[in-house]
Amino acid sequence: MKVLSNFVDWIDARFPLTKVWNEHLAQYYAPKNFNFWYFFGSLAMLVLVIQIVTGIFLTMNYKPSAAEAFSSVEYIMRDVNWGWLMRYLHSTGASAFFIVVYLHMFRGLMYGSYRQPRELVWIFGMLLYVALMAEAFMGYLLPWGQMSYWGAQVIISLFGAIPGVGEALAEWIRGDFVIADATLNRFFAFHVIAVPLILVALVFVHIVALHAVGSNNPDGIEIKKNKDANGIPLDGIPFHPYYTVKDIVGVIVFLILFCIVVFFIPEFDNWFLEKDNFIPADPLKTPEHIVPLWYFTPFYAILRAVPSKFGGVLAMGGAIVVLFVLPWLDRSPVKSIRYKGMLYKTILTVFIISFLALGYLGTQPATPILTNFARVFSIIYFLFFLLMPFYSKMDRTKPVPDRVTK
Amino acid sequence: MKKLIIAIVAFTLPSLAIAAGGNVHLDKADIDLTNKASLQNGAKMYVNYCLGCHSMKFMSYARMAKDLQLPEELVMENLMFTGNKIGDYMTVAMPSVDSAEWFGTTPPDLTVVARSRGTDWLYTYLRNFYIDESRPFGMNNLLFPSVSMPHVLWQLEGLKKPVYKTEKGEDGKDHQIFKGYEYISEGSMTPAKYDKAVRDLVNFLEYAGEPAKLIRYDLGIKVILFLVIFLVVAYRLKKEYWKDIH
Repeated sequence: MKVLSNFVDWIDARFPLTKVWNEHLAQYYAPKNFNFWYFFGSLAMLVLVIQIVTGIFLTMNYKPSAAEAFSSVEYIMRDVNWGWLMRYLHSTGASAFFIVVYLHMFRGLMYGSYRQPRELVWIFGMLLYVALMAEAFMGYLLPWGQMSYWGAQVIISLFGAIPGVGEALAEWIRGDFVIADATLNRFFAFHVIAVPLILVALVFVHIVALHAVGSNNPDGIEIKKNKDANGIPLDGIPFHPYYTVKDIVGVIVFLILFCIVVFFIPEFDNWFLEKDNFIPADPLKTPEHIVPLWYFTPFYAILRAVPSKFGGVLAMGGAIVVLFVLPWLDRSPVKSIRYKGMLYKTILTVFIISFLALGYLGTQPATPILTNFARVFSIIYFLFFLLMPFYSKMDRTKPVPDRVTK
Repeated sequence: MKKLIIAIVAFTLPSLAIAAGGNVHLDKADIDLTNKASLQNGAKMYVNYCLGCHSMKFMSYARMAKDLQLPEELVMENLMFTGNKIGDYMTVAMPSVDSAEWFGTTPPDLTVVARSRGTDWLYTYLRNFYIDESRPFGMNNLLFPSVSMPHVLWQLEGLKKPVYKTEKGEDGKDHQIFKGYEYISEGSMTPAKYDKAVRDLVNFLEYAGEPAKLIRYDLGIKVILFLVIFLVVAYRLKKEYWKDIH
């Protein structure tokens, strides 16, 4: 023991090891009333690690060339020892990442975690979300199946809708007139190094910002307002060991569900791995029905709901941009849904239903009836944000207690 | 019923025939990956009837021999018509330029066809070839109208032609309804035996689409059992730590 503590002293004299450990774990005081919804932050980090580790192993055998990509994936699936496991962990991990992140964002929405003083935590989180979408989009091209190819073709051609520079821009992104070897090779570069670096850096600042202001909680009360004589929040408990042991339970429950998918239903009935992506990319044969993977479909439905292509691109971009300004749209005197009134609760429920409905509609063919539905839900999506300054003020809120409840 | 009428109307009009593909009822393939004899028979069927045109280029003979528990010598003597080393992949000798000219399109590689089409589709497809003099090879397919592929299993199944009956549709007009098939020549197998042979072949295709399927279910159960035990331990640890909170 003496040797160990001497060793730590030696390091502390040269690197703030104990200081970092205490600031972020052993003496980071988190509210004691975290509930189910507070598992998803640590789970998102777990999935990021799964993706990076499995990704490294996949990269050892994957070949980013139009001639070899599809074959190399099949080679991984059969001739590389445990290659199939690495691939399924990675493909399931992609969808799991979005499930976890969407639930994490919904938590923020419910408990007002984006509000003063956590605006930057929210904005870094939103940047993470955008980076994650870029990462997933580029990763989906790599298996070089029909859906990889045509999905990328459709999405990149959207840039062509920008007046004036559009076509040139789309060509610049592809590096060719159509999706081709050059596109695959550069997407590979972005997918395995550029975007992951950005993701890791953003996770770092997301957490630094969070730990500077402290965690929110289901009551939306600032625990730092009530401190004991030593300056420790009365409703706070050290993150380690309390939340580390609690998060381990969450991690295992998550892994059980995750492994059920990986080992028993990796395609998840066409939602995680699409049938058409087991047909090699063929630039001459357009699939009957091109759909992005499920995590993009709400925005895809918004894109298709607008009659003009450029208008659709703007609406889709706007649907994401509007999330960034959320902290300044909410004027409610309370943070948490627990103390908000019926008005806000109703509107939030309608918003969630609309978002899910858009997600479903994005997977369906754009028939006139379904397109009209998508229009209605798109309008609701935007109204939720644009009218928030008004209804959040009008809402009849309940009094907020001084201390956190159980 | 309405769908079937639409299917048959479209089916009798060659110009609309392609639209009918999606409306045919798929029969359940009902395969069993744990049945080694079925997989072995399927492999034999594939090598004898399919591999002449359709490669299985991501699959090696050695892997097949190992997974299907076939001795390598036996595979080399009886199942290898192309290539000469057990580690070779199951390719075809036919140049794709020639086959494209002969059949109108190059016969696709079938390694992962079970993953893109599904086993029910394959099982239904291989049992719905019928005589159609208007087609280049004299055969057509109910599930995949105007398909370029000839009925390579006809010697096993025999030849059949479709039987229609006329029925008044909801619009008051007469429609040709597909009733079933009538055999005009017998094959070497009875219909029941033929169905079983096709089932074995589809079983093999399912295996070839993902050889890991043979092991991943068993492994999955072990992994999940481990996690469940770990969960009990972790939950008790959490309870122990949290006793003094609240």
